[in-house]
Amino acid sequence: MDNTEIKTKMIPIYIMGKRYRVPETLTIMKAMEYAGYKFIRGCGCRGGICGACGTVYRKAGDYKLHSGLACQTVVEPNMYLTQMPFYPANRAIYDFNDITTAPEEIFKLYPEIFRCVACNACTKVCPMEVDMMDVIANLKRGNIARAAELSFNCIQCGLCASRCMGELPQYHIAQLSRRIYGSLIAPCAKHLQTAVETIAGGKYEDCVRSLMAMPEAGLRQVYQVREMEPEMTGEDWGPQDKTCL
Amino acid sequence: MPYTPELKELIKHVEKTRPARVALKKGGGEFPMMSLPEREAMLRYHPDYKEEGRRPLAVGPSKGYRVAHEFANVLEAWSRVDPDKVDITNVEVETDILIIGGGGAGTSAALLAAENGARVIIATKLRHGDANTMMAEGGIQAATKLHKDSPYYHYLDAMGGGHFKGDPELIYELTTRAPDVIRWLEAMGMMFDKFPDGTLKSIHGGGTSRKRMLSAGDITGAEIMRTIRDEARNRENINVIEFSPAIELLLDNSGNCAGALMYNLETEEYFIIKAKAVILATGGCGRLHVQGFMTTNHYGATADGLVLGYRAGVPLHLLHTVQYHPTGAVYPEQAEGLLITEKFRGAGANLVNINGNQFVNEREPRDIESSCCIRECLERKLGVPTPTGRVGVWLDSPMIDLLSGPGTVEKNFPGKYILFKRYGIDISKEPMLIYPTLHYQNGGLKIDARCRTIVNGLYAAGEVTGGVHGENRLMGNSLLDILVFGRIAGYEAAVYARNSSFSKELSLGHVRAYHRELAQSGIDKNRVAPMLLPDYTDPQVRKRQLTASYLGTLR
Repeated sequence: MDNTEIKTKMIPIYIMGKRYRVPETLTIMKAMEYAGYKFIRGCGCRGGICGACGTVYRKAGDYKLHSGLACQTVVEPNMYLTQMPFYPANRAIYDFNDITTAPEEIFKLYPEIFRCVACNACTKVCPMEVDMMDVIANLKRGNIARAAELSFNCIQCGLCASRCMGELPQYHIAQLSRRIYGSLIAPCAKHLQTAVETIAGGKYEDCVRSLMAMPEAGLRQVYQVREMEPEMTGEDWGPQDKTCL
Repeated sequence: MPYTPELKELIKHVEKTRPARVALKKGGGEFPMMSLPEREAMLRYHPDYKEEGRRPLAVGPSKGYRVAHEFANVLEAWSRVDPDKVDITNVEVETDILIIGGGGAGTSAALLAAENGARVIIATKLRHGDANTMMAEGGIQAATKLHKDSPYYHYLDAMGGGHFKGDPELIYELTTRAPDVIRWLEAMGMMFDKFPDGTLKSIHGGGTSRKRMLSAGDITGAEIMRTIRDEARNRENINVIEFSPAIELLLDNSGNCAGALMYNLETEEYFIIKAKAVILATGGCGRLHVQGFMTTNHYGATADGLVLGYRAGVPLHLLHTVQYHPTGAVYPEQAEGLLITEKFRGAGANLVNINGNQFVNEREPRDIESSCCIRECLERKLGVPTPTGRVGVWLDSPMIDLLSGPGTVEKNFPGKYILFKRYGIDISKEPMLIYPTLHYQNGGLKIDARCRTIVNGLYAAGEVTGGVHGENRLMGNSLLDILVFGRIAGYEAAVYARNSSFSKELSLGHVRAYHRELAQSGIDKNRVAPMLLPDYTDPQVRKRQLTASYLGTLR
């Protein structure tokens, strides 16, 4: 598996204050494994989307705190780092069926939203470049749709909450706003409803059952000649053959 | 790492042929698709067809069945526990339904089971939501536009894409229940990509005859996972136990599944969960690195459920094929194995070789795309060498902005755009270097259309099962699979649990019997399973860990 070449330059990094020498091309995650760590927490998809490996670090001679995902961030010489695999942020319990688009519902579930002092620490720490402060600002103004769009790339790592002096659980609040947007604000897909009802009405039952009963040779024939929707077509394209539609 | 000067030089070949390739597409033209016989001939380049990569299983209900060595190694393996030393009379917790696995299948099963009156425990090896579901990017298939599409065409595409080997009953459920799953997600607040009037945006995927791939940016799986997980967290009768994998299933004296032996990864304690029904939803196997391939899979994808179910007597179905996603990143090294969604090809990006020439239509089924990439690199020697000694082909993403307008790549693929930008590569202007990567377990445990296994009280759903996708899954059918069958499993298990009572006595008799078979076949006692976590410790470090004893990959 690991064919890290010997000639790779080794650099020192400090994992929770302890010095290790690791190849300079590795991500923080691979560097920690190289050093001998075996992850239980702090490692998930290894592809930058699950939020398990939020990491904060400083660079030599710099007071500033940086952040990143361990699986995506490449090590730098004398990097001082720790992972933040879990943060005990508050999450409200709610019955989604009772939720409306009134912003007051969010305020009731998360009254701490008004403790935001607009310090921007959440935005600065976000490894996904979500403008989290703006998400909260939009919610305070009642603009749920904008908050949902702005927070779409949130991976819920919790780093925002860890830095928040108002003690907001931004990522849970943002999740609620996205669900409200997706179900109640964004227009619903009418053709979807039609499709569900038409299928339930049994319209395609005979067609599909005929395929299920077909011997493989016949099925291959039908498959091979099936009409293909061209790549560059608009929504109104329709096939020549309308059987089984 | 931005592209090296050598690679930048090679990109010029891609740029040279790009205008003609874009013009062809704009004019409605296509690189020719292969006929079925051409496709079948191409498959000899596919890793599944290398006989030396497999061996017949020596033990268990599918004894004699040839699967990849990496599967055989975990199936022909001893339990992590000695059945005679574990106290299984001391039950830690009782629940109507135990769901093993906290990804998309497990979570949707939990929601449906809870709605049907069951008390549910989701036990998961890592965190709730740590699963391949989270990583699925491109989309989810459903025939929702009836003026051009129907379950009939979806069925045909899925059946043909899977080489006509899929289980008709399962594909029937998959395709006819698809729109209902999408409606369920929409009602829970999932943010699908839509036109202003609410119409769902839909594109092609490899092997689809109609544009029915629905999406949420390039993080469709993550959006599904975080939405259904959020809903599960609101439900009083769903409890989640994290960092606690199942080590063995527990049966009762009549052979019904009655719970599981669990392991707390952090305190290293074993404990018992007793249940009226158990649902296996443990996902796939990428971290077994079948045939040495890099993988797009989650850290926890170690085929645990396959091992548990097989030991309890559930036969395997179609496990002789695994899916290699044609486009895994090979550059930069830090992104190695990372999935580059098929949606890039759906949006028009060509695959081209070192000379900038296209060698396959970008919308063939995945196994064909992978085979063509492997042939281009290994046989025709027209691959692009990377500085770390790997080889790949170009995925020409800049075509997308030329076809659909400037800014499309950044807007439609925000995840990948940001990621590569960090490495100094602008994928709306420079192509990506890719090679096939281990992606999906096509086969698995045998189930029926109600998600029942041969073991009474044991259900299974999602990637751990086999039959839904035949020998090759199409893009967008796995997110659909986990939700359709997760929901079926949850419902069926709830109904079953309602009419059953708790077993009086729990048993590991099936593990004892399995151990006898292993002993007869002379299987090395050091081989244990389930693997639980892969081991990426540096071999030099491992040598120095003198005080540690390893049980499989775990210290």
